[in-house]
Amino acid sequence: MDASATWQTVLAPMGPQAAQLSWLLWSFIAVCGIIWLLVMLVLMLVLRRRSVPPGGTRRERRAAVIVGVSLAASVLTIIALSFMSYAATRDLSVAAADPLVIRLRGYQWWWEVTYADRRPDRTLVTANEIHIPVGRPVRIELSAADVIHSFWVPNLAGKQDLIPGRSNDLTFVAARPGVYRGQCAEFCGLQHAHMALLVIADEPAAFDAWRDAQLQAARSAETVEQRAGRDFFTSQACAACHTVRGTSAAGTLGPDLTHVASRHTIAAGLLPTTRGSLAAWIADPQTIKPGNNMPMVTMTADQLRAVSAWLAELR
Amino acid sequence: MKRWHCLLLVVLAVGACKREVRALRTDPPVADALNDVAPMANRINGRLPAVFIAKGSPYESNAYQLNQGKRLYDWFNCKGCHANGGGLSGPALTDGWWRYGPDAVSIFLSIRDGRPHGMPAFSSRLTTEQIWQLTGYVRTMGAYSAMTAAPSRNDEMQSRPSENRAPAATDLRMPPSR
Repeated sequence: MDASATWQTVLAPMGPQAAQLSWLLWSFIAVCGIIWLLVMLVLMLVLRRRSVPPGGTRRERRAAVIVGVSLAASVLTIIALSFMSYAATRDLSVAAADPLVIRLRGYQWWWEVTYADRRPDRTLVTANEIHIPVGRPVRIELSAADVIHSFWVPNLAGKQDLIPGRSNDLTFVAARPGVYRGQCAEFCGLQHAHMALLVIADEPAAFDAWRDAQLQAARSAETVEQRAGRDFFTSQACAACHTVRGTSAAGTLGPDLTHVASRHTIAAGLLPTTRGSLAAWIADPQTIKPGNNMPMVTMTADQLRAVSAWLAELR
Repeated sequence: MKRWHCLLLVVLAVGACKREVRALRTDPPVADALNDVAPMANRINGRLPAVFIAKGSPYESNAYQLNQGKRLYDWFNCKGCHANGGGLSGPALTDGWWRYGPDAVSIFLSIRDGRPHGMPAFSSRLTTEQIWQLTGYVRTMGAYSAMTAAPSRNDEMQSRPSENRAPAATDLRMPPSR
């Protein structure tokens, strides 16, 4: 992981939307905390008080006034909190001018990321890692392929569900460059806990450079071993599910692997991207992430070495 | 006395908590040994590998293994020819009237080595363990007798009685070899 990676927390907002939610959170904690302290104080006073003989209409009237005032205060507080919540979250759903549109589709258990563009040749598909420019509003259009997932990057925005057959969206801005971790926040099956993603906020120039690099086809295989790996990949089961642009592999069931080695992690945040972890994953995906949709493919040790050598070069 | 009854109940309840083991990975020597079937000369029926029995026949009695078979049936497009067991360009699998019989070794050989008239060999596409998982699953499709293990139900609509119904199919005519 980068040194610039930010600890995944709602307490360190890195954009205006997250800051608004953070303000709301702290206000609620403050108001409710004060109320809790008051209640505890009153309770303590009552417990410490000596018992008094009952009676007296004057005392009863006083008690009625205290109850009435407390009730009114409670109602007013709840109304005030509701308005605060409304005021803080109203702006979150307002459409921003000229946003960067990213389509995010949830699968069990990984994320497909599509950068939409009017020009088809500028449209880009990648997985499990979202790059965004700093300071520009980003609209994430959310959909799901199988079950309900939820997109949550606590440092940047609140949660929003990805629901099959329905499209949601979420707009946010990253104020500072950095690597922000997010995860699925709606239980979606056996490997729900291993469905993470990274949001990487770059300066606009760096973002454009990243996007141009991602639009390129995969690097051509240079060594004999890499070529053997590419040939195995495109002729065996791998190509049925995965796409590597620039080769004949064009499957769409699994993540796009055109630039897999440029991403920080594989298998949705489970392992760091190294040649070793790629090989381990290919050799036995069902032990590393039980229940996922990648079967073990029969191959010899040499074939495994070749495929991992090739994939590790796809930067 | 009552206390002992309570204790007995607790012990029984704890015993019921035993969970089926998911063997995620087969040791390579075991996987190799799983290939050692001894078929009859006509490649129908035969003796199961010794390690299959020694492991407690997991591809017949372990729901996880059967379920992996169900996933492989989908992934490797068995549906392309056999549909959901109803048959298409390949023969139907839900009725128990099978060309090479319902024996596990016959099914294993059909998948591993292929059969004449269209069934391809999958030995270069599937590991031995996966072929056994598929074999176990295919056997649940045409089962006439109840089994103690079954794969999970479909997420989509069922096109036939589900495998976890016991028996999966009913036919008054008994199939020839079962």
